[in-house]
Amino acid sequence: MPLLQISEPGETPEPHERQLAVGIDLGTTHSLVATVRSGSAECLPDAQGRVLLPSVVRYGPGGAVAVGHEALAMAADDPSNTIASVKRFMGRGVSDVAKYGALPYRFVDAPGMVGIETAAGLRSPVQVSADILRTLRARAEQSLGGELFGAVVTVPAYFDDSQRQATKDAARIAGLNVLRLLNEPTAAAIAYGLDNAAEGTFAIFDLGGGTFDLSILKLTRGVFEVLSTSGDSALGGDDFDQAIARHWRKAHGLADASGRDTRRLLAAAREVKERLSGAQSADAKVTFTWGQQLHLRLERREFEEITASLIQKTLVPTRKALRDAGLAATQVDGVVLVGGATRMPHLQRAVASFFQREPLVNLDPEQVVALGAATQANALAGNRAAGDDWLLLDVIPLSLGLETMGGLVEKVIPRNSTIPAARAQEFTTFKDGQTAMAVHVVQGERELVADCRSLARFELRGIPPMVAGAARIAVTFQVDADGLLSVSAREKTTGVSSSVVVKPSYGLTDDEVAAMLREGFDHAQADRDARALAEQRVEAEALIAAIGSALEQDGDLLSPEERASLSAGIASLEAAGKATDHRALKSAVESLNRASEAFAARRMDRSVSQALAGRRLDEVGSK
Amino acid sequence: MAVTLTDRAADHVQRYIEKRGRGIGLRLGVRTTGCSGLAYKIEFADEAQEGDLQFDSNGVHVLIDPKSLAYLDGTELDFVREGLNEGFKFHNPNEKDRCGCGESFNV
Repeated sequence: MPLLQISEPGETPEPHERQLAVGIDLGTTHSLVATVRSGSAECLPDAQGRVLLPSVVRYGPGGAVAVGHEALAMAADDPSNTIASVKRFMGRGVSDVAKYGALPYRFVDAPGMVGIETAAGLRSPVQVSADILRTLRARAEQSLGGELFGAVVTVPAYFDDSQRQATKDAARIAGLNVLRLLNEPTAAAIAYGLDNAAEGTFAIFDLGGGTFDLSILKLTRGVFEVLSTSGDSALGGDDFDQAIARHWRKAHGLADASGRDTRRLLAAAREVKERLSGAQSADAKVTFTWGQQLHLRLERREFEEITASLIQKTLVPTRKALRDAGLAATQVDGVVLVGGATRMPHLQRAVASFFQREPLVNLDPEQVVALGAATQANALAGNRAAGDDWLLLDVIPLSLGLETMGGLVEKVIPRNSTIPAARAQEFTTFKDGQTAMAVHVVQGERELVADCRSLARFELRGIPPMVAGAARIAVTFQVDADGLLSVSAREKTTGVSSSVVVKPSYGLTDDEVAAMLREGFDHAQADRDARALAEQRVEAEALIAAIGSALEQDGDLLSPEERASLSAGIASLEAAGKATDHRALKSAVESLNRASEAFAARRMDRSVSQALAGRRLDEVGSK
Repeated sequence: MAVTLTDRAADHVQRYIEKRGRGIGLRLGVRTTGCSGLAYKIEFADEAQEGDLQFDSNGVHVLIDPKSLAYLDGTELDFVREGLNEGFKFHNPNEKDRCGCGESFNV
């Protein structure tokens, strides 16, 4: 007989019509599956009582596949066939994966996404993820005593279209019916029932094993909107283990140990770190491969000292996300902690003092995303009163813009704009008689085109010849609900137009997004200098061209000496234009401008007198 | 009245009611449905209905409508684990046969 669960009053399902639905947190380091039973969301444990499944898959010879703890145990001995953190490769090409540095895998360039050559043959990241999902599905079906109706799978808020599609494909391969992909921070908010509030602004602080994500969510009438996301793709709980290991190495004068000894030391560090969340001091014994046994000990106070800088590091992206959302820390109505590393008391204190409010901690931070996904899966499967549904508005992860003169980026749609979005901006021609304009669409936060990612190029032709600056070209950026970008350019006087459709975020890794954001921050000063230089160069060129054409037209107004001195000024400005000091260039531009002032005044007099020739004063005055 | 909850069932019911945050107890019942005729009902109770039999078993307030009572007399509600699966199970002496899947029964 099937085991029964308690239903809401009057909602006992018909026999054979129970809709079994689960929420799955498909994480970088570990994955979980949860469901709603007797009205409460809970994570489903495996036969050994463990709810966390390491996101590790090992492909053995002859096609043997091991997933989870079993695969993790083999990682050290068979690194090239044991795929860990596959989430980073989802929807990514070979060039994107190269940015992770040395990895033990044999990557194969495949169209659209990398492949990994294993002892069991070529595997795509989608297949590896599918193997993880299949394990969770089997666990869920055994736990619930039936076939699953569907699943809600969570993804990071900054996942782009191709990464979301890859996740969906993996679920399908694993035989799961995907009810919806849900953003991880939104799932965490749902787990705490924050969706039951009328409205509010929430910060989701997610410090995982190797990554840190901060998202600001806004809830309005049951709709969660991601106001901003920020993070550090190279900061996580593992860094705290490293800090402890470094501290012990120094304290005990240990040399840089071999791989195996380092792993033992890190395992001890991790154990001590976890115990320090509940105790004032903790100790561990480590036996090294050379036979030495060490008794290692750490006080909580020491731990907090040696990791204070890591705690501070989490606050940098936190400030950035708030700034992007246009909020002060005190305007946040609730802070949710996600990820095992947020159990550390000094981290909780730092978060509490930053936001000036106690963060929500009563749910297990490692389970909270899966619990929220389960709650939504339950609702989508029809096991909850109809009418409560969540709609999630997405944002553009990086600004979209186009290239202007001097290789500069003009941002048209700033990052974190909610989609669908449409913005138009007017541009003009730079040269007299210019009849075509190249439109180069780029994505990124930096000021120079060379530092951003190029998305598409197209040309607008058939602009009627006009003086520089007279043409009015409206460039419209439009991003639809699926994240597809289309760009069109239209010259307003003639109506000629041209357009292109691009996928805005395809091929951008999350790390790349994070790195580009970080770079934008780190290089702000260098970028401003580069921008100033490029602007001054454009200015200088325009001035030289203007004086050149004026000399051609009205050169007779100048004495040979005046003319020679102007030419010398042009030559020295041209020289300054080749250097890289934007301040020197600026003063050269200014001095040439001053040197040509008298000439400009004489030209002005001439054109005025020509215009007035043969007209009476009162005629002119009445204008 | 001879409908009882085992200790484990009572523990779980109390925990679920606490998590849910509201409700006066647990409603048990039987309804006509399914391939074999009858199916068990186990729901949170927010209010009592007219004619409900109400009693406490192992610290849990239980509500049963009079029609269901005839079928449930002598039943024990248990909470069991079968492999990874866990949930409530009715031990009902009135049950004569069940449909193959076990979701509905006959008396």
